[in-house]
Formats: sequence, structure tokens, C-alpha cells
Amino acid sequence: MHGTNVIGILFAYVHEERIRSLTENRVMASVPFGGRYRLVDFALSNMVNSGINQVGVVTEENYQSLMDHLGSGKAWDLSRKTKGLSLLPPFGAKISRTEGKVESLSTIKRFLHAATEEYVLLSDCDIVANIDYRELYDFHTKNDADITVVYRHGNSPDTDKNTVFTIDPSNVVREIYLKRGCHFDCNYGMGMYLIAKEKLIELVDDCMSRNLYDFDRDIIQRGVKDMKICAYEFTGAAYPITSFEAYFNASMALMDPKVRSQLFVPSRPVYTKVRDDMPTRYGLGSVIQNSFVADGCVVEGEVENCVLFRGVKVKKGARLKNCVIMQDTIVGENSRLDFVVADKNVEFTDNATIMGHTTYPVYIVKGSKV
Amino acid sequence: MLPKQEVVAMLLAGGQGSRLGVLTKNQAKPAVPFGGKYRIIDFPLSNCVNSGIEAVGVLTQYQPLELNEYIGSGQPWDLDSMHAGVHVLPPYQKNKRSDWYKGTANAIFQNMRFIERYNPDYVVVLSGDHIYKMDYSKMISYHKEKEADCTIAVYEVPMAEASRFGILNTNEDGTIYEFDEKPKVPKSNLASMGIYVFSWQKLKKYLTEDDKMPKSQHDFGKNVLPAMLNDGEKMFAYRFSGYWKDVGTIDSLWESNMDWLDKNVTSDLIQDANKIYSRSEVLPPHYISASASVQNSIIAEGCNVYGKVDFSVVSSGVYIAAGAVVADSIIMPGAVIEENARVQYAIIGENAVVGKNAVVGKRPEDMEDKDNWGVAVVGPNYRLAPETVVAPKAMLDADEEEE
Repeated sequence: MHGTNVIGILFAYVHEERIRSLTENRVMASVPFGGRYRLVDFALSNMVNSGINQVGVVTEENYQSLMDHLGSGKAWDLSRKTKGLSLLPPFGAKISRTEGKVESLSTIKRFLHAATEEYVLLSDCDIVANIDYRELYDFHTKNDADITVVYRHGNSPDTDKNTVFTIDPSNVVREIYLKRGCHFDCNYGMGMYLIAKEKLIELVDDCMSRNLYDFDRDIIQRGVKDMKICAYEFTGAAYPITSFEAYFNASMALMDPKVRSQLFVPSRPVYTKVRDDMPTRYGLGSVIQNSFVADGCVVEGEVENCVLFRGVKVKKGARLKNCVIMQDTIVGENSRLDFVVADKNVEFTDNATIMGHTTYPVYIVKGSKV
Repeated sequence: MLPKQEVVAMLLAGGQGSRLGVLTKNQAKPAVPFGGKYRIIDFPLSNCVNSGIEAVGVLTQYQPLELNEYIGSGQPWDLDSMHAGVHVLPPYQKNKRSDWYKGTANAIFQNMRFIERYNPDYVVVLSGDHIYKMDYSKMISYHKEKEADCTIAVYEVPMAEASRFGILNTNEDGTIYEFDEKPKVPKSNLASMGIYVFSWQKLKKYLTEDDKMPKSQHDFGKNVLPAMLNDGEKMFAYRFSGYWKDVGTIDSLWESNMDWLDKNVTSDLIQDANKIYSRSEVLPPHYISASASVQNSIIAEGCNVYGKVDFSVVSSGVYIAAGAVVADSIIMPGAVIEENARVQYAIIGENAVVGKNAVVGKRPEDMEDKDNWGVAVVGPNYRLAPETVVAPKAMLDADEEEE
């Protein structure tokens, strides 16, 4: 399998400022999503399902929940004698990673050097998608590219911070615009790059010696004239988590069978930590409609348009609509929730009423009692 | 020499389980799916781990493929440790002779070398056909406290049903004075659960002697235990209360799955932090559509439900189409119930397909002659043609499928 010629690097922390509420006590990579997953599960499973069997996860701070989630990498089949999963936290106090991706990459040079693979696939953990990177690899080698960027064509996500490409008919990138808010059809980057390892190290060293730290600006944009940067279009379902609203909308998109069939492909499953919950039990008189429900829930109330994570309890008479309820949260009797995103271990007491709005879902902090 | 293990568990998983018919035609009984995401063997295996038993031998013989694959390295049950863990023990060829396992006792006898490697003090013998959660360490403590040679777990069954079980008659101090296999007139209601704790040296002696007896059936219940009792060894009954159910027949398998819907039963089985572990498929959460209606049911991950589900257990990866009705039934992993099909009082086997408008099973109250009523079974991988009607009590086998 040619995938073994590629090493994966995941940036666990990138863009977490975009959903501050969910990332206050965790990194972007460990933000819960889709009933039983963390965002990192999508990025990591994509790599594993493409035959990549060595992955480094670059972290900055707040990575305890991520360590707990990833463990030895067993759930992704990355607990191996050779290769496998490596967590790459900041090494010693002298190294900071505050400046940007380039600096982060320079701190893991030893890890990159030690790898025998020729190519590196860089990815953030802020996109929910199921991507087969083998096609990307074929595209990259066939085009003899220095760097291949993965992009999507369409209305850009609701942020003013996209990296936008102008691409010629032979798929070569001609122009790059940074921090662009484009509310028309455009080619926006997905934060995934395939590049030869030696080339990456060379570029990183060059940037470091010039005090340049921004990967998109100082490597991609600066190199567009001298290097062959190709663009690979991903056309499947993809949900960049660019804001709290985007998170909520991506969760609701899971009710669409077309979206589910593109995200949860039987031949490329999304792996996650096993929790050994019992299957979900629906009680007498429960009403459940248009909802996406993980194992371990007990539903005795009414649930409509909701994502329920593992171990959620919905008591009798409770009515939930348009909610995302995370792991082990308890919704008390006769409570009413509408447009609510409840983090893990929240307790809604009996008769609690909380209403958000379609454009402004309410967020309830982890472990709170309402 | 491996580090000593005080207790080694031996799980008898080699029987055919022929009373489950088509469900055990191509796989051993302990591998039969249960409760939405489990297989029967998950219960004794998880009990072992949760009781602190680290060395487990699983004796296989009949159709072991699925079971071997399922157990694998033992990792899902945390039984993949360096010096112990779970080991699958099929019959094997020996220097002078090679034998199938001739009986439950013979299966253990043939694997004495496996047990000896751990130099244990006690051996727990378990079977793979019951649904229950039990802390074996408490039973072992009882065995030690009584300085017993053999302790047998017993369950109080209703006196009226006692004649269906192997009954133990005990003295007041808990010692056993008589085994009564399916007695016509039972003297007690203590049914043997098929869970035995032996002091290893004693068991070893009796297994070796039993092997030399030409007329023995090499069975624990018929030969070894009576021999020990005859010799006046110290044999105690250990009372267990809590949920316990045999799943050896279609009816009891169905009933036990239905018990699973009872809040009191499930909370009994999940009351403490010790979970029932299983090797689960990697599947997304289940989706219940706006057209669906689900009540008093268990639904596992990976399902897509567009129809109506009442009083049923729906296992991993099942698809229930719009207009389909599933009531009082067990749908095993990967099965598909197509549009407007009706499934009631039925078991649909793994990866079976129930075609459009087909009707499987009948409610007992709709039967004219109640004696003909029973749970209908559609075997694993069976493709039931649209519009077909399957009578109650019927059992469909994919190998005999009509073209």
C-alpha cells in the first residue's frame, strides 16, 4: 500500500479560538461531535483508512482530554510496534508554539527526520468529513507537485479567515488570498497539505531563519511563484467547524441521510474510543423523531431533531427539540429545551426551561446544574 | 513457568446448542447475538474480568470460527494481558491419541496442562449459555471460607418449574447431599447454574480418575460431581440472587431479550461500574427518522429506523424501512426489514432480509389454536421474498431457501 509512504501530522489546536465556548477546557481536536465522536476522530480515521500508519498529533495546551481520548491509539489501530500514534506536546519550557504552525513544525523536526516515509500530510482537526487521501496522493505524484492543497469549491464557510485559491485549468494554484471572507463561490482551503518531507523541513528551516511563522502566508503564499503548488478538490460532504453556529448546523446536518452516507462510509469507518455502553433504551411513552442517538442513552421523554451523545438520560415528560446533548447529561422530568447545546455531564433539574433561537443556540457549560 | 494465578476460569463453549436450531447451525451457541450489541459469551467473559480473574480458557469444538474471531486477542474484555488473558482451546492432536472433547469434564481434562501452567489454587468452570452478572470472587471467598472442595452456584427457581432443572438438595449448613436431575417430585427449588468452583488439586484427581473409567460420559453433572459426592468430598451450594436466565432455547432466548426491555432487569445488570464488555463493530449512532415511532425498545448503534418499533430489541446496523412494523421481536445485527413488512413475535437472524409487505409471526391473541403458536425464526442471511407470510413457530434456514 502506497499510503505507508506518507506520515500524518495533525494540529490539534488550530482554530480553537473560533468556538471558544467548546474549547475552553479542551483542544479543538477533542471537541465532541456527532453523538460519539471527537473532531480528531474524523481527521485521524481519514488518515488510517488511507493506509497511513504513522501519525503525530501536535498539541499546545489543554491536551489532557485529548490524551485520555487517544490513549495508545488502539481504537484507530495505531498501537503498533513500529510506527503508530505519537502525541507531540511542547517539549520543554524553552520551546513555544505560540507563533504558528511553522514554529510547531520546527519543534517536531526530530520526529519528522526519524520517520522513513517520504511524504507528510498535514491536517487540522476542524473539519468533519470522510476523505480518502489515497486519491490525493495519486494526484500529488501524478502532477509532480511540490505541495498539494485540498480545497472545496462553493460558498465559503461563515468566517473572514479563509485561505482562498485561484486555480488554473491544470489544477495549479496561481494566487492565494489569506483571511478572506468571500460570500460568493470560491475555492477555499481545508487546511490539508501533502508535501515531500525533505521539502517541508527545508521550507520550515528557511522560514524560521527569517522569523516567519505563518504556514499559509510564509510557505504557501510566498512560494506560489517558485514552487508547483497544486490544488485537489474534495467534493464530498464536509463541515468546517468555523463557529459555534457552524458546529450546531453541522450537528443538525447529520439528520440528512445523504450527509450520513458520505460521512459514515462502511469501508472507511470513523473510529473512536470504545466506551462499552449498553444500547439505548426507549421507555414506554417515549417519542423520538428525526434524531441521531448514540449508545447508553435512556429516553423516556420526547426528543425531536436532536443529537444525543453516549449516556444521556431524558426523563419522563421532558421535551427536547433542536438540541445537541453531550455525554452523560441528564435532562430532568418535564423540562423543556429548545435550541440548546449542553456540554458533558450537565444536569437539567426537573421543570427546567431553556430556549435558544435557531440563529443563536444556547450553550450550557460542562458539568453545570441548571 | 507463568506467574501464579490463584484462579483460572474454564469456559465451556463447545456445545452445539441444537435447541436454538438455525441460529446455531453455523456458529456455536456462545456466539449467538444477544441484547442488541452483545453475544452470549460476553456475559461470562465480562464476569471473569469484573471478578478479577485474569486467566481464562475457552473450550471450543462445535463451529468455532465466529467464536474464535470474536474473542480474538481478548482486548475488548481487557483479557489480553501479558502473562495471562483469554485463550481459545480447541481439541488437539497428541502423541499417542487425538480426541474430540467427549464431555464437559473431558474437555477440562484434556487441557490440564493449560491450567497447570498457572499453578492455580482454584478453577472456576463456567458455561456459555446464560445471561447474568455475577461476581465470581464472592463465590470463591465462600468456597474458601467453607474450606470446600467444590462449590456449585444455585438459583432459587419457582417450585412449579423445579422439575425442569438440575436440582441440588442441601443440608442446613449449605452442604449438598444429593443431585436430582430434572426430578419429577423436587425436594428443593435450588437449581444448579452450571457454575462450579473447584479446589484445583481435588478436581485434578477426579478428572484423572474419570478419564480411566470406560463407561463414564465424562460429564460434570453426570459423572464427576456424583463421584465427588459419593466419596464424601465437601460440596457446597452457593446461593445467587439477581437476574439469571438460560438462553438455550428459542423461547428462552426470546424471553431473555424481552427481559432486557424491563428497566428493573437492565438496572440490575448495570447497577455498578462493572460493565458487560463486547467486541463492537465500528458504527455511527443510530438514526430515528421523523416518520418513525419507537416505544419500549432497545436500539443499538448503526441502525436506521423509519418504521414502527414496539417492545423489541434492535441490534447493531439494522435497517427498518418506512411503513414496516416490528413488535415483540428480536432483530439481530445487520438485518433489513423492508417497506410495510410486519414482524411480530419473531427472531430475525443476522443479516437476514424481510422483503416488502412480508409478514413474519403472529400475536398469540390472534391465534385460533394457541398450541400452534410460537416465536417465528428467520435464519441468518435468509432473504425472505416480498409478500411472503411466515407462520408462528416456523424456522427458516438460508441453506434451504427456495430460489
